[in-house]
Amino acid sequence: MDAEVIYILWKRQLKRYFRSKSRMIGSIGQPLLFLLALGFGFSSVFQQAGEGNYFQFLTPGIISMAILFTAVFTGIEIIWDRQFGFLKETLVAPVSRLEIMIGRTLGGATVSVLQGIIVMIIALFVGFVPQSLLMIPVALAFMFLIATLFAAIGTAIASLLEDMQGFQLIMNFIVMPLFFLSGALFPLTGLPPVVEIISKIDLLSYGVDGIRSALVGISYFGFGVDFAVLGVSTAVFLAIGSYLFSKMQI
Amino acid sequence: MEEKIIIQVENLTKKFGDFTAVNNISFKVKAGEVFAFLGPNGAGKTTTIKMLTTLLNPTSGNVHINGFDSMSEKNDTRRSFGIVFQDPSLDDELTASENMQYHGVLYKIPKDTRKERIEELLKFVELWDRQNELVKNFSGGMKRRLEIARGLLHHPKIFFLDEPTLGLDPQTRNHIWEYIHKLNEEEGTTIFFTTHYMEEAARVSKIIAIIDGGKIIAQGTAEELKATTKTASLEDAFISLTGKKIREEEATSADRMRTQRRMFRR
Repeated sequence: MDAEVIYILWKRQLKRYFRSKSRMIGSIGQPLLFLLALGFGFSSVFQQAGEGNYFQFLTPGIISMAILFTAVFTGIEIIWDRQFGFLKETLVAPVSRLEIMIGRTLGGATVSVLQGIIVMIIALFVGFVPQSLLMIPVALAFMFLIATLFAAIGTAIASLLEDMQGFQLIMNFIVMPLFFLSGALFPLTGLPPVVEIISKIDLLSYGVDGIRSALVGISYFGFGVDFAVLGVSTAVFLAIGSYLFSKMQI
Repeated sequence: MEEKIIIQVENLTKKFGDFTAVNNISFKVKAGEVFAFLGPNGAGKTTTIKMLTTLLNPTSGNVHINGFDSMSEKNDTRRSFGIVFQDPSLDDELTASENMQYHGVLYKIPKDTRKERIEELLKFVELWDRQNELVKNFSGGMKRRLEIARGLLHHPKIFFLDEPTLGLDPQTRNHIWEYIHKLNEEEGTTIFFTTHYMEEAARVSKIIAIIDGGKIIAQGTAEELKATTKTASLEDAFISLTGKKIREEEATSADRMRTQRRMFRR
C-alpha cells in the first residue's frame, strides 16, 4: 500500500467537491426539502400517535439520506471519469487497482460525510437538539461507515455499467428503495412482516439506527448489532468493489 | 549487432462478440524509432493501442513492451511508456499543475525530482505561465500540450500517441510534431503514433504500418509503400491499399456521451 497514492486520490475528490459549489448546494436541496416538508408536515400526526417529536426522529434519517445519495453518486462518478477519459489516466498508471479503489472510496466517503454534517448543522438551526454532545463522535463514526459502504457499492455498480444511461435505473431501483425502507422516515416497530424483513435486509437501516441512537437515543437494533452489520458489510462490499473495479477494461 | 526491439506484437487479436476489431496482427518496433500506425476510422488503431498499453485484454496473442509481457507484467509495462489518448484524459476541475502532480504521485516519482521535472516539462510545452489555471479553461491545443507534458513526466522509454493532432489547427499541429521530433532526437524516446493524416505519417515517421479492417495490410517506409503500390504519393498508396469506400461506424457509448456533454455544456 502506498499512502501517497491513496492520499492524492482522496485529495482529488475533495478538491472537486469544494470547487463545484453548484453540486454542493444541489445535493443539499433534496434532503433539506424532505427534512422541512416531512419534518413539519407529519409532526402533529406523529405526536398524536404517541411517538414523540418527529423532527428529532427524522433528522438522523435525513442525514443518512444525504450521505447515501452522495456516496452512491461518488462511486458512480467512475462512469463519468470513464466517459470523459480521466479514468484511463488512472488505470494506465503502475499502481494497484486496490489502492485506486481505496483512495477513491475514502475520498467519496469523506465528501458524503461532509454533506451529512451540513444537513446536521442546518437541522440544528431549525430546531434539532442532539441528546448529548459527547455522542456526536459516535454518530460521525456511523456516518463514515455508511458513507464508505455506499461509496463502495456505487463503485461496484459503476464497474458493471457502460454509461450513465443506467443511472436512473440505479436511483429508482436501488437508492430510493434503500432510503425509503430504511426506517429513515418511520419507526421499524409494528410494521407488516414483509416490510419488516425487507427493512432488516436494507443495510441503511443499521446506519439510520446507529446515528439515531447516538443523536436522539432511539434505538431499534442496538449499537452492537449496528456496528457489527455495517462493519462486516463495508468490508465485504469494499472487496467486491475492488474486485469488479480491477476487472474493468476501457 | 541487431538493434533492440522495444515493442513486439505477435498474432494479436481482439474480438468483441462476433466482431473482430483487430485480426491477428504482428509487428516489431525498434528502440528509438518513430512508428506510425496509419488507417481509416474504425480500422482498429485505438483498440491496438489499448491492448499495447494494458487497458484492454487481447482475445489472443502476445505483446512485449520494453521486454515485459503486457499481460503478466502489467505494472512494469506501464512504467515503460507514456501515452496521449485520443480523447482528453485530464481532470477539468484540477489545474494544469495539479494534473501533473497527480500523475507524478501515481508513477511514484520522488517529490524533489517531481517538482523539477514538472517545471521543465511545462516550460517545454509552453504552459508554465498557466500552471495554476483550471484545465477546463484551456483550449483543445493547450490540453493536448499538457497531456504530452504529463505523459513524459516519468521519462518513458516509449511514447504512445493516439491521433495526437486530431481536431487541432495547423499551427498547433506543427508545434506538437516539433515537440515529438525533439523528444525522439534528444532523448531517443521511441514514438508510436496513430493517425489518419497521410502527410503527418510521411513527414514524421520512419516506418509506417497501414491498418484496415483490423489487419496490417502493408508496412515499410513511405518510399517503400509508394514503390509497392506504384503510386506517386502516400495518399494514393493509402487509397490503393484500403479502397475508396467511406467507412460508416456505429456510434459507441463514448460518442453518445460526447454529444451529451456538448449539450450539457451549453
